This record gives sequence, structure tokens and C-alpha cells, in this order.
Amino acid sequence: MHASARALGLDVRHPTSLKSDAEAAAFAALDADIAVVVAYGLILPQRVLDAPRKGCLNIHASLLPRWRGAAPIHRAILSTRQDHVNFPVRLHPNNPKAQKIIAKAMQERAACFWATDCGRGCSIKANYQSTTVHLPPALATGNLDILCNAHAREVTVGADGKANGVIYIDKVTGQERAVKGRAVILAASSGETARILLNSKSNRFPNGLANGSGLVGKYIMDTVGGKLGGTVPAFENLPVHNEEGAGAHVYIPWWLYKDAGKLGFARGYHVEFATGRRMPGLGAGSASPGYGKSYKEEVRQKYGAAIGFTGRGEMIPNENCFCELDPTVKDKWGIPVLRFHWKWSEHETKQAAHMEATFAMMIEAIGGKSKKPEADGTKAIEPGGSIIHEVGGAMMGADGKKSVTNQWNQCWEVPNLLLNDASAFCSNPDKNPTLTIMALAWRATDHLIEEMRKGNL
Amino acid sequence: MENIPVDNSGQIDRRQALKWIGAAAAAAATFPHASAQGRLQRQAGAPAGSVGNRIGWDPVLNKNYAPGDLWALTLTPKQRKAAASLTDLILPPDNPGDKLPSQLGVQEFIDEWISSPYDETAKDRPVIIEGLDWIDAEAQRRFQKDFADLAEPQKCAIADDICGKTAVKKEFKSAQNFFNRFRYLAASGYYTTPQGWKDIGYTGNVPTLNFDGPTPEALKHLGLA
Repeated sequence: MHASARALGLDVRHPTSLKSDAEAAAFAALDADIAVVVAYGLILPQRVLDAPRKGCLNIHASLLPRWRGAAPIHRAILSTRQDHVNFPVRLHPNNPKAQKIIAKAMQERAACFWATDCGRGCSIKANYQSTTVHLPPALATGNLDILCNAHAREVTVGADGKANGVIYIDKVTGQERAVKGRAVILAASSGETARILLNSKSNRFPNGLANGSGLVGKYIMDTVGGKLGGTVPAFENLPVHNEEGAGAHVYIPWWLYKDAGKLGFARGYHVEFATGRRMPGLGAGSASPGYGKSYKEEVRQKYGAAIGFTGRGEMIPNENCFCELDPTVKDKWGIPVLRFHWKWSEHETKQAAHMEATFAMMIEAIGGKSKKPEADGTKAIEPGGSIIHEVGGAMMGADGKKSVTNQWNQCWEVPNLLLNDASAFCSNPDKNPTLTIMALAWRATDHLIEEMRKGNL
Repeated sequence: MENIPVDNSGQIDRRQALKWIGAAAAAAATFPHASAQGRLQRQAGAPAGSVGNRIGWDPVLNKNYAPGDLWALTLTPKQRKAAASLTDLILPPDNPGDKLPSQLGVQEFIDEWISSPYDETAKDRPVIIEGLDWIDAEAQRRFQKDFADLAEPQKCAIADDICGKTAVKKEFKSAQNFFNRFRYLAASGYYTTPQGWKDIGYTGNVPTLNFDGPTPEALKHLGLA
């Protein structure tokens, strides 16, 4: 908005407050006919509201008096219980059974109570997590069995070439067991899915199941990670207040689309950052020297003044990043493990250096003290695999010779075998992958059910 | 979006069962999801004499493990006494009714930390043990008593030489290294107790109906209200 205004020759100002006489006078001097309030977190002084001839138009999306402030929509959504009357019909049209299940599950979920950082888990189910939100309603239907401590070894294939079950090790007894099914869905996390496929060898599939393309295990990806931290003196000695339950929801989407050709790397990254008075953990107080009362005073002074930025960016898949069965190493059950090969390209390393330089600039711009940014991208980048967004290894595609699954996550060679984790990803945008995995899995299983109904599988 | 601890220089990964194991001594900020995965090394470097059962990668989450359940503790009664005394010197109570850190068991946290069979904690083990032995020996050398039995000014005389607030003499460099690490662990133990939370000004982890944004007092402090 700022850049566009400048391009149009419009004046852009950043007053930190409109309360002073000087700012009020400067605003009045604009001699405006009308003012439009779009996104402003504070209450405007009356003389500012009175200055434009025809008044102020408020289009800021707040629902006063309850939802005020800079992010009212965000807070309204989080603080509202799920609409169990209307949502289920829209989520599962023409499926009364699914509607009933999901409506009941939604009724069991509370609205956000702003108590904790979402990352610590959500006991009231306001935030989604599979263990509390997803699995219990599915178990309650009686149509789901969960076998714990079952370590899958291979997918079995019948004489007709279709998948017909899974052989697994019961880790408690060490015994080998089998389950049968009309369809098999692997969602073992992408690396393990590739491993199971590669270990599922037969006369019909000598190079591993559904691996006629030779692409199982290939083009694996992680997210590009970079980080930089600092401290903001202005945040020191802030009055005691609690913002912890709301504090972790800060996110900057990628913004340099228009500079794509100038950056030296493809695609981009988003930024997550955090500061504030968060639950103290290991390292609390480590920024201060000395001991005793003066030390404790300084700990209190600096508490909440630290700020940390992380970048999460898109990796371009490359042929140097792949996994394969290790020819010698096996796990304790005698099943071959994977070995990994990894090489970043400049697309990733330059992006990581760009992150650190950007974060340093941002920290300095708000008057903070930044740690020194690492200019060498090969040092700035987090090690491959460490962001644990492991995706790829059985890529989806339109051509069975150049991909492992079709658009419905069905293996080309074994249509009743679905890969419903991130193994089917053929790219890895900067967004965290879980929601995409879930969306694709939903679509794929809807299609699977339809195909079974039609008798195609 | 994931867990974003900021005021802790330890780095946590959401899959990690044992929190904050990968602590680095760096002071400032930490990050949403750093590579703690790589920091928690498997089994290597388990200290001699420990039971060696790590909480591991798939712990029983609803079991309360007591000190000594998983690995044998390390400190001798004498070392433990010195450790308790030093935590109280570093983190004296400020408010009436507050307990001493030693009454909160901060020295027991340190003992459990240095006794655990992880690479990161194993590195602290000799530093803390040798440091506690040194501080008693230094107390004997200067004042003919163990550290815990010294008067406050005598304790301060030793602590001032090694705490790093002023230039540290060459002969105290390893003692300074011990003090830094001990303070890091003591503060980590203390500020993660309910009393420590209150002391530092952490008031989170409580349910509220609304979140109305920063308080007027906080905005005023920043010149925004």
C-alpha cells in the first residue's frame, strides 16, 4: 500500500500518535473532505474525527464493542465456537452421516480461551490437533480400529496386481502380523512411505511397489529455514501484562513477488516472529551478568524484550536430494532402513542469506539490536531435514512414466494403493504442509469411495 | 505457526519429548522451530555411572518420573549443600513470603540435569561437579570453612571474583566458566517454578474470555497511547 501510494505521488505519513497538537494541526491542514479509517488499532481523538468537512468513514472491520483493536476478525474467529449447524452441511454435502459425526465433534470444541501458546497443545480443542479433535470422533463411530505399536514392513499384492493388505511387526511381541483390505492407504510420513514401497518387492514389482517410474524416494524436499534474533530496548521494563495466548499468531506472507527476477533465487518465504512475555523456559535470565538482587532486577527488566524471526521458504526440488534403501543397515526388526542424499541449490542458500539480512534490517528498523546476520547462505540455512517438513519421494503427476501417483493420490500401477501423506508432493511451497496434506487426503479418499461405489476398484 | 518460545535460549522442537535439551548459552532470542532435532543426540556420551535410560523418543506421557527413576543422581551431600547455597546467593527472594531457591529444589533440578545421559547435559556434568568442588576448596582456602557455611560477605567475595560482572582474573577463568553455567541452570530451574514465574512477571497460562490486545499501560510505556 505504501509503495503504491508513493508511486501515485501520494503523501505517506507515520505518526506514532495523533494526540499531539502538532499532529492534529497537520491532519487538519490536509483540508480533507472526508477521512476513511481502514485499519487502526487505537481510538482516534475527537478533533481528528471532526477535522474532515464531511466526517470520517469507518470501514475498519471491527464489531464494537466486543471486537476492537488491530485484528478484530482474527480474534472474533478464534473466540467463536464452530458453527455446528451450518458448517457440516457445507463440508459434507449430501452425506447426512458425515454431517452428524462432524456436528457432534464441533459441539465438543470450545472457543479459544487465550490461555496458552497454541504450540503447547489445546486441551479444550479450540485449536485443531489430530489426537484430540480428529481421532476421537472417528473412533466413536466404531468404524475405526487403531493398532498401536504396529510397524509396517510392506504392502502385499494379490495375484490381480492390486494391493490387498499390509504386513507389520507387532513391536510389543516382535511377531509378524498381517491386515487385509480392499484398498491400502499409506500415510506413514513421506520418508517412511517411500521406505515401505521400496521394501515391498515382488516378482511383479522387483524395484519396489509402484516404482516402475524409478521415482520412489526421488525429489525429496524440506522447507528452507533461516533465523535471526535480537533484543528491543523499548520492550524492556514493560508493565506486567499477559498476551501469551494471543502472542504466537504473527505471520508475514512473502511480499517480493515483483522482484522475483532480481533476488538470485526462485520463489520466496514467509516470516514468523515472536516476542513478548512468554512462558520462561531453559535459558531464562541468561542474558544478564552478575548475581543476587541486581541480577534478578536485570532479568525482570529484559524479560519480554527479546525478539526472534524465522523464515520458512520454498525449496526447489532437485535430483541430488533423494533417499534409497541402505544396502546393509537394517532396523532392529531386520527391515532395511533408508539412507539419504542431500544437496541444497543456490535457490535455497541465497534465500536463507536473504532471510537473515532482512530480519537484521527489520530488527534495526524498530530500534532493536540484531545479532549479526550470516551473509554466507550455506551457513545461514538450517540443515536439510531439520524443519521436519519432509515431503516428496513419490511425486504426483499427469504421466505415469514420470510420476508415482495420479491427481487422486492413487499409485499409477496400483490404483487401490493411495499415498495420502506428503510423499505425493512435487513441490513444497513455503506454507507449512499439514493443511495441504489434509486437503489432498480428503479429496483423494472422497474419490476412492466414489470409485469403490462405481465398482472400479 | 508453531510454538514460538522467545525468552529462552534453548530451542525446542515440537516432537521433542524432553524439553529444552538443546539449550545454547546465547542470550537473546530464539526461534519458532529451530533444529533441536539435530541437537538431541542418540545415546552417545552417556556419562559413566548413570542408569542411562533416557526418557527417549516415545515416553509414557502420563507417567510422572521422579528424580532418580531414570538415571542415578550425581551430587554428593557436600556438593549438594554447596549447590543449594549458591542458588540462594544467585537468586535471593525479593518478596516477603517467597521461598529460597534451595527450598524450591533448584539444586535438585541441576543434579538431575547433569546426571541425565544426553550429550548436551553430559557436557555440563564435569563443569558443575568440578566447580562445586572448587568453590568449597576456595572457601576453605580463604576462610577455612565450606562455602555453604560462609557468611554472606565471604560468599560474595568469592562470587564477585568469578561472576563476570567485572574483569575476571586469569586464575579464575575456569571458575567463571563454572559460575556462568551454574547460574544458567539455576535461573532456568528457578524461573520455571510458579514463584519464578511471578518473580519475572509472567502471568500467562490462565484462561480468559477475551483478548483485548495490549493493555493501556503497556501501550503507554511504548508511547502508543
